[in-house]
Amino acid sequence: MSKAAKFSEWRSIWLLLAVFFLGFPGPARAQTDDAFRILVAEFSNANFREKRVVIERLLDTGHPGVRGFLTALLDSRLFVRDRDQQPFIVESTDDGLSEFTLLDPASLAGAGSAQPGQLSRVITNNQLRRFLRTVIPRFSLSSPDAGIRLDAVQQMLRSLDAAAIELLRDRADEETDERVSYEIDTALALAALDESDPRRRLSAVATLADRLHPEVFNRLSVLLYQAEDGSFVEPSSDVRRAAGEALISIGRARTFYGIIETAFFGLSLGSVLALAAIGLTVTFGVMGVINMAHGELIMLGAYTTYAVQLAMPEHISISVLVAIPAAFIVAGLAGVLIERTIVRFLYGRPLDTLLATFGVSLVLQQLVRSVFSANNRPVVTPTWMSGTLQINEIFSLTYNRLYIVLLALMVFGALMAVLEHTRIGLEIRAVSQNRLMARAMGVRSEWVDAMTFGLGSGIAGVAGVALSQIGNVGPNLGQSYIIDSFMVVVFGGVGNIWGTLIGGMTLGIANKILEPFAGAVLGKIFVLVAVILFIQRRPRGLFPQTGRAAEGM
Amino acid sequence: MKLPQAPGRLGAGGIATLLLLTVLWGTGCGESTTEEAGDPIKVGVLHSLSGTMAISETTLKDTILMMVKEQNAKGGLLGRQLEAVVVDPASDWPLFAERARELLESEQVDVVFGCWTSVSRKSVLPVFEENNGLLFYPVQYEGEESSKNVIYTGASPNQQAIPAIDYLMNEVGITRWVLEGTDYVYPRTTNKILEAYLQQKGVADEDISINYTPFGHSDWQTRVSAIRDFGSAGKPTAVVSTINGDANVPFYLELANQEVSAEDIPVIAFSVGEEELSGLDAEPLVGHLAAWNYFQSVDSTLNTEFIARWKDFVGNADRTTNDPMEAHFIGFNLWAKAVEKAGTTDVDAVLAALPGTETPNLTGGIARLLPNHHITKPVYIGEVRADGQFDVVWQTDDLVPGDAWSDYLPVSKDTKADWVDLECGNYNTLTDVCSGQNYE
Repeated sequence: MSKAAKFSEWRSIWLLLAVFFLGFPGPARAQTDDAFRILVAEFSNANFREKRVVIERLLDTGHPGVRGFLTALLDSRLFVRDRDQQPFIVESTDDGLSEFTLLDPASLAGAGSAQPGQLSRVITNNQLRRFLRTVIPRFSLSSPDAGIRLDAVQQMLRSLDAAAIELLRDRADEETDERVSYEIDTALALAALDESDPRRRLSAVATLADRLHPEVFNRLSVLLYQAEDGSFVEPSSDVRRAAGEALISIGRARTFYGIIETAFFGLSLGSVLALAAIGLTVTFGVMGVINMAHGELIMLGAYTTYAVQLAMPEHISISVLVAIPAAFIVAGLAGVLIERTIVRFLYGRPLDTLLATFGVSLVLQQLVRSVFSANNRPVVTPTWMSGTLQINEIFSLTYNRLYIVLLALMVFGALMAVLEHTRIGLEIRAVSQNRLMARAMGVRSEWVDAMTFGLGSGIAGVAGVALSQIGNVGPNLGQSYIIDSFMVVVFGGVGNIWGTLIGGMTLGIANKILEPFAGAVLGKIFVLVAVILFIQRRPRGLFPQTGRAAEGM
Repeated sequence: MKLPQAPGRLGAGGIATLLLLTVLWGTGCGESTTEEAGDPIKVGVLHSLSGTMAISETTLKDTILMMVKEQNAKGGLLGRQLEAVVVDPASDWPLFAERARELLESEQVDVVFGCWTSVSRKSVLPVFEENNGLLFYPVQYEGEESSKNVIYTGASPNQQAIPAIDYLMNEVGITRWVLEGTDYVYPRTTNKILEAYLQQKGVADEDISINYTPFGHSDWQTRVSAIRDFGSAGKPTAVVSTINGDANVPFYLELANQEVSAEDIPVIAFSVGEEELSGLDAEPLVGHLAAWNYFQSVDSTLNTEFIARWKDFVGNADRTTNDPMEAHFIGFNLWAKAVEKAGTTDVDAVLAALPGTETPNLTGGIARLLPNHHITKPVYIGEVRADGQFDVVWQTDDLVPGDAWSDYLPVSKDTKADWVDLECGNYNTLTDVCSGQNYE
């Protein structure tokens, strides 16, 4: 504590000095400017370890340019001009710029411009950036925006040192926002665990007892460590007991959220499986066509997402929404084409269909390789789909997975609506139940076949849009999902759309429950074996089709 | 009157001249068959141009085609032109062996540049040994092998994985390790070596977590969540990734989505390079690490020239260069030098000439072929930039000689490979016995 106290004493002197200097522009300001410039120049040529030391010295200068300088450094906007080794901050490094606007690091005034080729970027490494991220927030503690303050405190909380604690203590008195105060409390309580008065430590443990931050859990665990000579890290037995109780209750909360997290992972994997399989339920389940090119139709959907992004580079954020109908149409048309040119000649010959569509899948893969190249294509995730929905310190849901769960449910709902409430849906059901009777009633069964195949393929395309957000967009995208899709359809019950949804979710959750214990490889094998055993008991899956239609199959 | 005679006289002289010319031309022609216009030297290229590995291997095929073209422009080798014979093993491991046999037996190629995955190399090994062929293998691999007929121009574990661990341990201060790999031979062997190395360095067992996922694993939620938990124990944690190709993108995306940043838990990868990053939005990967012996961003005259020639050759200014390409560049030059030294393309003569041959690296320093058929290499650690290139944040002071048999595995620490003095790839220094087989 004495060290911190000394630091704070020294710090207030420096603050006074800084105010003093800032109040009197002229030679004094010029002097700090010079000191600042010298350090900046030193920084640009230093190795990573020296750089950190220079940053600390820069912070000590209290120069108003420090914050801007460090922020530019973190954003990779600090450059050195090759000609004279002069450091500059670059205003923006956007791709399109042929000239970078240079700013003087000390005054942030314009200092001309230069071509990117005439500058070398000052590089940082992870350790430096991590350090910067804990240092820069110190400047934003008094930001008028409570969100920024919250971020700042959370960043500082992750590595508390005397200076940070001092700043937080100052801030605690004036802080008005409840969430920010809560985080400051946590930080100060963590700091109070080092105090010499056991009562202060006890009250700190009491404050921390309901905090789920990993830092709190680790810090409290440390209190219970026993050295080899039998002495504890924490001398007071009262504090130890309180810490032990706090750890138990925190541990319970962690287990609870762990279970919810597993359930969410399972649901999201399940909805990916269901999305990939729903289209197949339509073609395989309703029409009885084993479409090995189903995976490639998913791939077409993913590539459509890529193409849409290329077409509207200015509107990446809505491109995914545009891609959903686009992918449906592209994959749907491809499906109709496959049905009209190949599959329709092979109805009733499942083995031939299987081979022919397998051939189609290879053709589609090579087509994509020729058109887009064999390399994976970069699909950008829009900002609204990335990041996490933070529920609390240890539990958060990733947005992209959340949206995929939603999309799966929406696709499912839309498909049900089409099949139950539209004329084409009625005809599809009619043809699948009894083709001859349907034809006798005036249904153009051939046209219905094409539409059904197109519908299933279109849904595969929509699945492709979702998959483009969580994985590779490459020629092999489809292959990785085809087996899982068939597994889901067979498990759920052939031809049953509810079965596909429930089947997909069940397999997803089973996978995710097994994975932490058995590992991903064994977990998958277990699930596969379980499905095989299940099919032995119930060959028609979870929700078998009943009645005459089932017998006809 | 004289006219009818004229043709006759001319005829006699003409025939003589023609005969002479024919003889001269004939001998001249005969000479040029062996010296200039004769059979070209055949360079086999055994890289997948379709299937899963096409992404990575097509580039290597193009690299060799470029090297062949440049060599021909310089007048070929031994006065003969080079001809590339390209086959497509289609990412199918047994097909690699078949195509290798085709190259060696039907095409009678003088040298083969090829393979990417270890399993493809293992599958062609018996074919090369049976036919006494010569294979240049350009990719970092798990080691524990040294064949008479293979020149390993990629990194062995001590030229990539071990220095990477050293960097993380000494420069970054990592004390807790996740070894994350795809379930096949390269990650399993590498992780075995790394685990032994970490234990030797005093890392406790509870601070090492080893996990394998299947090929093409796409749902990383559980693993990333587990890594986050493992890394939140208050000790600096890093992930050492031997995750294969396609599974990488979903892995990094999931890391970004769960907001595990490189500053908190850096991931160091041994198979993610410029080529792989060009296929994705690199923003979520910024700061993650890769260990290679070459980076496109390394500033050197030779490298700048090579990149320019490459972009010109493929006709695309956006194409990147990468580590295995440099390995082929080195391998091709080593072979060319050895052929000139030996004065023939005969495999045994070239193999005898190869050890000790030197050629410059693209990034500086000299690559020298060692008696164990591995080469000396510099090691670089790079951090991913938003543009898909790397910032080199660390490099070894000296070139690191490739070690065929790891010193950190009990089964191989007493084994060495030496094709010059011992003529053995698997020599036990304790029992002084050459096990007779070239690899395990």
